[in-house]
Amino acid sequence: MKQGLFEITENRRIADNVYLIRLNGDTSAVERPGQFVNIRLSGFYLRRPLSVCNLENKTLTLIYKTVGAGTLALSRLAPGTALDVLTGLGNGYDLSASGPSPLLIGGGAGVPPLYWLCRELVARGAKPSVVLGFNTAGDVFGENEFRRLCGNGVTVVTVDGSAGKKGFVTDHLPSGYSYFYTCGPEPMLRAVFNAAATSGQFSFEERMGCGFGACMGCSCLTVTGSKRICREGPVLRKEEIIWKN
Amino acid sequence: MEKLTAPKTAVVLCGVTLDNPVIPASGTFGYGYEFAGLYDINELGTFSFKGTTREPRFGNPTPRIAECTAGMINAVGLQNPGVRAVKETELPRLREVFRKPVMANISGFSTDDYVFTAAELDGEPQIGWFEINISCPNVHGGGMSFGTDPDAAASVVSAVRRVTKKPLIAKLSPNVTDVTVIAKACEAAGADGISLINTLLGMRVDLRKRKPVIANATGGFSGPAIFPVALRMVFQTAKAVKIPVVGMGGVSSAEDVIEMMMCGATAVEIGAANLVDPYASLRIVRELPEVLSRLGVKDINEIIGAALS
Repeated sequence: MKQGLFEITENRRIADNVYLIRLNGDTSAVERPGQFVNIRLSGFYLRRPLSVCNLENKTLTLIYKTVGAGTLALSRLAPGTALDVLTGLGNGYDLSASGPSPLLIGGGAGVPPLYWLCRELVARGAKPSVVLGFNTAGDVFGENEFRRLCGNGVTVVTVDGSAGKKGFVTDHLPSGYSYFYTCGPEPMLRAVFNAAATSGQFSFEERMGCGFGACMGCSCLTVTGSKRICREGPVLRKEEIIWKN
Repeated sequence: MEKLTAPKTAVVLCGVTLDNPVIPASGTFGYGYEFAGLYDINELGTFSFKGTTREPRFGNPTPRIAECTAGMINAVGLQNPGVRAVKETELPRLREVFRKPVMANISGFSTDDYVFTAAELDGEPQIGWFEINISCPNVHGGGMSFGTDPDAAASVVSAVRRVTKKPLIAKLSPNVTDVTVIAKACEAAGADGISLINTLLGMRVDLRKRKPVIANATGGFSGPAIFPVALRMVFQTAKAVKIPVVGMGGVSSAEDVIEMMMCGATAVEIGAANLVDPYASLRIVRELPEVLSRLGVKDINEIIGAALS
């Protein structure tokens, strides 16, 4: 983990209530896809944890949904603004497990971390296929970026059918994948857990105090004992997950 | 010409000297090594380690955290690996990165629990003080229920007193009508010091879900918002007891440390600030001499209790 000041170089709306922000600074602590950063915002006590969507040339790209006052305030910050950011948080995805044809399944605000993962997998010679789920056409983002990496291997799904195929991501999973990686709302993760034909990795969300393992605010029970979503997570392997309730 | 010298920051807490009065509070600093990976934690006065119980505890269901204006609510519920693991795993690891006496925060659900945990840890040479947590608002059938009744508080303190000669600091809850009654009961029962305040009981509601944000509904409120309340209770307690008081509650700066010491605190714990800024305690340690100099203070001991009379 590293604490640093990052300059906003870009911060723009890319879908309904969804923004892309680019941050320039010392990214040396950011190691792998699936990790997150924790951003301090003026006027808000706790930091906002956001997954890393991409890392290129010391520039971090994050994509976030405005779900409350904090992320709304973030969306109003102009380029040039400096932000106090903790970087290199969480374990991230283990790419070595992917096999030749991994499947990436993203839902809504869970789509962003899969982009950097997809890039890295392609760079390693894998041929990923991608299923991106949204509620409605206005929510869709990232389709073109994934198509540039995976061509026809990208399927967009909306619950109301207003863009791409109609239904849930689990209604449109391709066959023949070697492994899977997923990130999205918990009901989607549970559905993927039940529908998936192979082993895989899940990225979880939880309300966090610190984001770096000190407060025990985001603990969850797993097959291998208690884990902190911020530290031993947010990525858990399918075999170790114990669902709440 | 008089030579400029840095103000003295060492204080004596229950017979043990601290290089400075800054102590990261229990539950915000783990067993030290998350922070030892960031900076040399030997720069701190000491720290109070994660509240430890007889048995391992997972704690409460999540969500355990809610944000507030200038603060936060937590309902972690004393998650810890249990006293044996602390003894066998955490303390040996700590010794590698921390060479000062550490404050052992212990908690329980019965007097026997506290006694067992203290007795297990009594032989650990690195433990300089026990901080007896009788004020956790996030567990049922223990914790805060001991700290809201003077007789129960006294019985825990006197029972632990019998199994250790190390200094005992009773950590008190602000969720009482008159904290000085509890403080005096602990003093009479053999406590060597009082620390306060633990968190204030609070809650938040998720407007979309129409339900409390915290799974347990309520939790402990901390952060800068509670600083004036903490200061008032430290002030009242320091006037009421003769033993040293360790102040805490919303402390976020060297100025806050000084303000709390002027209200009678011998040392000051830093809690929530560590969670939003992992370097907060270190920053406060480093800023303290300069702020003291600016105020014309040559020895920090001059200011302890300065605002009491």
